[in-house]
Amino acid sequence: MRHATASFELGERLRRAVHLAVCGAVLVFLVAPMLVVIPLSFNAEPYFTFTEGMLRLDSDAYSMRWYRNVVEDSEWRLALVNSIVIGLAATAIATTLGVLAALGLANPAMPGRGFVTSLLISPMVTPIIISAAGMFFFYSKLGIAQTHLGVILAHAVFGTPFVVISVTATLVGFDHNLVRAGASLGGGPFLVFRRIQLPLIAPGVMSGALFAFAASFDEVVAVLFLGGLQQRTIPRQMWTGIREEISPEILAVATFLVMLALLLLGTVEWLRGRASAKPGEAD
Amino acid sequence: MARTLSRARLRAAALTLPLLAFVGVTFIAPLGSMLVRSFHEPHVADALPQTLASLRAWDGASVPSEDTFRILATELRRLDQQRKLGGVATRINRLAGGMRSTIMDTARALRTAEPVSWRETLTATDPAWGDEAAWLAVRRAGERYTMRHYLNALDLDRDSSGNIVAQSPDRRIYLPLLLRTLGVSLAITFICLILGYPVAYLIANASPARANLLLLLVLVPFWTSLLVRTTSWIVLLQNQGVVNDLLVAAGIIGDDGRLALVYNMVGTLVAMTQVLLPFMILPLYAVMRSISPMYLRAASSLGATFWQGFVRVYWPQSLPGVAAGSLLVFILSIGYYITPALVGGRTGQLISNMIAYHMQESLNWGLAAALGVILLLAVMLLYLVYNRLVGIERMRLS
Amino acid sequence: MTGSHGDRNTPARSGRNVLLALLPPALAIWSAGCTTEGITVVSWGGSYEEACSKALFEPFSAETGIEVLVEDFNGGLAQVRAQVETGNVYWDVVDLEMADVVKGCDEGLLEVVDIDEFPSAPDGTAARDDYFAGTYSECGGGGLYASAIFAYNRETFPNKQPSKLEDFFDLAKFPGRRGMRRTPVANLELALMADGVPTDDVYAVLSTPEGVDRAFRKLDAIKAEVVWWETGAQPPQMLADQEVVMSTAFNGRIFNAQVLEGQPFTIVWDGQVLDYGQLAVVAGTPRLEAAKQFLLFASRVESMAAIGRYIAYSPTRRSGMSLISTHAETGVDMRPHMPSAPENLARALRNDPDWWTTHADEMTERFSAWLAR
Repeated sequence: MRHATASFELGERLRRAVHLAVCGAVLVFLVAPMLVVIPLSFNAEPYFTFTEGMLRLDSDAYSMRWYRNVVEDSEWRLALVNSIVIGLAATAIATTLGVLAALGLANPAMPGRGFVTSLLISPMVTPIIISAAGMFFFYSKLGIAQTHLGVILAHAVFGTPFVVISVTATLVGFDHNLVRAGASLGGGPFLVFRRIQLPLIAPGVMSGALFAFAASFDEVVAVLFLGGLQQRTIPRQMWTGIREEISPEILAVATFLVMLALLLLGTVEWLRGRASAKPGEAD
Repeated sequence: MARTLSRARLRAAALTLPLLAFVGVTFIAPLGSMLVRSFHEPHVADALPQTLASLRAWDGASVPSEDTFRILATELRRLDQQRKLGGVATRINRLAGGMRSTIMDTARALRTAEPVSWRETLTATDPAWGDEAAWLAVRRAGERYTMRHYLNALDLDRDSSGNIVAQSPDRRIYLPLLLRTLGVSLAITFICLILGYPVAYLIANASPARANLLLLLVLVPFWTSLLVRTTSWIVLLQNQGVVNDLLVAAGIIGDDGRLALVYNMVGTLVAMTQVLLPFMILPLYAVMRSISPMYLRAASSLGATFWQGFVRVYWPQSLPGVAAGSLLVFILSIGYYITPALVGGRTGQLISNMIAYHMQESLNWGLAAALGVILLLAVMLLYLVYNRLVGIERMRLS
Repeated sequence: MTGSHGDRNTPARSGRNVLLALLPPALAIWSAGCTTEGITVVSWGGSYEEACSKALFEPFSAETGIEVLVEDFNGGLAQVRAQVETGNVYWDVVDLEMADVVKGCDEGLLEVVDIDEFPSAPDGTAARDDYFAGTYSECGGGGLYASAIFAYNRETFPNKQPSKLEDFFDLAKFPGRRGMRRTPVANLELALMADGVPTDDVYAVLSTPEGVDRAFRKLDAIKAEVVWWETGAQPPQMLADQEVVMSTAFNGRIFNAQVLEGQPFTIVWDGQVLDYGQLAVVAGTPRLEAAKQFLLFASRVESMAAIGRYIAYSPTRRSGMSLISTHAETGVDMRPHMPSAPENLARALRNDPDWWTTHADEMTERFSAWLAR
């Protein structure tokens, strides 16, 4: 009996060790590719692999030249400005409309909620090539293809599901009697919204907006179909670079984007921490 | 009471209206215009109205009358002068290879010809006009509303008497590609499940602090630009890339035996798996977190081994997460475009890439639209299943 | 958005409301204002585009004050057609291969230009007579010879090196991956020549269904080892990275990699497909006058020859041949590097734009179906 327990424990320990090893490997698979890009972006040579000098940690083998090239290149600068402007405008539209809709959807009286929700979420699950192709036809007809407006509208509609989802999540378990009570005390709908609902959903609004911004900042297919020379964004520049000639400049930009991702993720996590005291909060 | 309720309904609905209208105009209407394009093809019908009218009375079994030849010649001449013939010829050519040259040559000959018999002049320029097939192609290309893009998308065609038949073997590419897309998506879903399940289990059963740290590791790639991740895979997997260098340095392969890991199906599979893995881990984790560890402990105290307890107790309870994650990954992968386009090379392309090809290069927009509608239907079907099974409200972002 | 209570109407908040209200009109104005004065010229990127910038775009802007915005593409009429058919023309001038100029002209996608308005040769010969036979069309201006050749990296083959077109298709003698352009153009011709068809018969053979089958069969033999490229800049890079052991390429790209970057590449001129291209104005451009002005500028013999001082492409006007001199930056004699140099023409096929105008659609469809399998 004792022998059996010992072998059981041995087996159990082995199982745990294997489990941890598998998980470690999977996490490395998830994260390592992005980490490899960072040192390579400082490669003094135009190669995409570690040179011998880099492995010896020879300081001559490292250089900032690709970063300099990017910063000095007017195309990359225009792309950065475009990405920020398009991202902010799309986020503003998506957040405004998304918050309103989420408030409506969270109301128990909302008619046809299931259908409306799935309609509003559909831009997120529709294959991007189909959305972009449809937009190319339709926006050309409206005369807003090859304009910033066209790209902004496309990115805004891709961003709305994120806002709707994250705001709806903060409203789960929200007691609508509070709204009614507020209204019965003579508060107008706007006042009730600002004093009762807004504080509650603020973290959800912020993370929804960050999601929408990140989605726009990373979107390339709609830009390919709807944007011209003047609407080049960072992902669009990267797309051309990857397809045509991978220069280490791309790795420098990639490193910048990894940093941006960490910043956005950190902010969202911080917001989640702030909101986690409330019940019914999203994970 | 009923009135306040209906007012509340109205107010709730009114809040969603702006977004509904916005989504309607910027998203649903574009999809609608694509749907219309998949069966509405007015170009040839508008360009050759009289020819098509006169072909309507034609029996299709013999060469049309002299009158039809004359009308066609007149319309070809007019289109040639307006420089609009090329687009018409290209479209007719899609139904019968060779028609483009037939039409363009004929128009060039008609610039100078003043014929007595139109029929003789046209058949002398190109004997194809003496064959019904050319006229049938013109008539079919002139159908304003047509199912031919759908037939084409399913590797079907119509024979000369209008029956639906299989496309000739060297043009059968879309069904195999659809099947390949489904196969690849299934494979990726399966791999993601195999890789994601243990990780989700680990996170769900870790202490809060460790769980948070591990979750961050899963979320970093989720937030990182898709293009960055794809670039990373090219850097890692290419011929002179990090993985091949490591394998050579380790003596596993020779320097001349470097493996082709990117710009083929391997590249597509590896990169897409990494990109989609968080979409598997997060729903799994959300479900597993609510499974109390007490069940497994109870099972083991009853003498069950870990695996018995796992199979009988834990796995069934985690099934909602498995379903949610798998459906999500599958939905996302059948419509995937960017990663296969960048790392797929020739053999790692999926159906989305073919849609992009017809959108941007061949400009066969009707066919692109038909392929798009077929893909969209598949996704919508899966989305409905997801909605039923998981509930769209429960979709979580982080 | 911080959710703090009581800040009912702070200046910051009302300011933000005003900003939000102003956003849509501001956006509209700004997106309209973003269409910069100047013309958009679409070129092929990389070292060719740099050559055109120095030899053509910058001098043109200096002379006329019209700014040239440059966009890249990989050839073909697709984007031009998409713009014309959706009524959304934002390209003004496109640098096209000859078959595409002819085809685009037929289809009304390009503006017709009058060659009699083109500047004459320095000796007074009219442009019409100065162009080599068949190198101008109703819609084209400017013009350069460029050829499809294949090249290899000498470091890849230290001992036995490829020397003739047949070697490109010979996997037994020269194993390894090959780069080829993702288009049937030139590839079908190369395949037939490598299969033993004399240069003079290539297009006659290709005009028969059996000939096309034969070309695809020859390509089948190396299909598994081919890496398909789309951009002119890719072949030199793939050769430098040793991603492929040899690759078809535009000769000028290889020349620039040899001369400017000192890459150990060798061009195999045997079986080259000599092609030429022209610039053309997109039909319906709102900047027609400026675009035509550019076309006239590019049609000067001096402009054509100036490009040949930066990249190994030669003028398509007779009077331009005597203007070929040295590379502007390194002083290398350009003559032996030009596709039209006699020693490079020992076995050369002249691309037939007329054949491609009529057959491009069929061949492209078949080619992409072949690729997808």
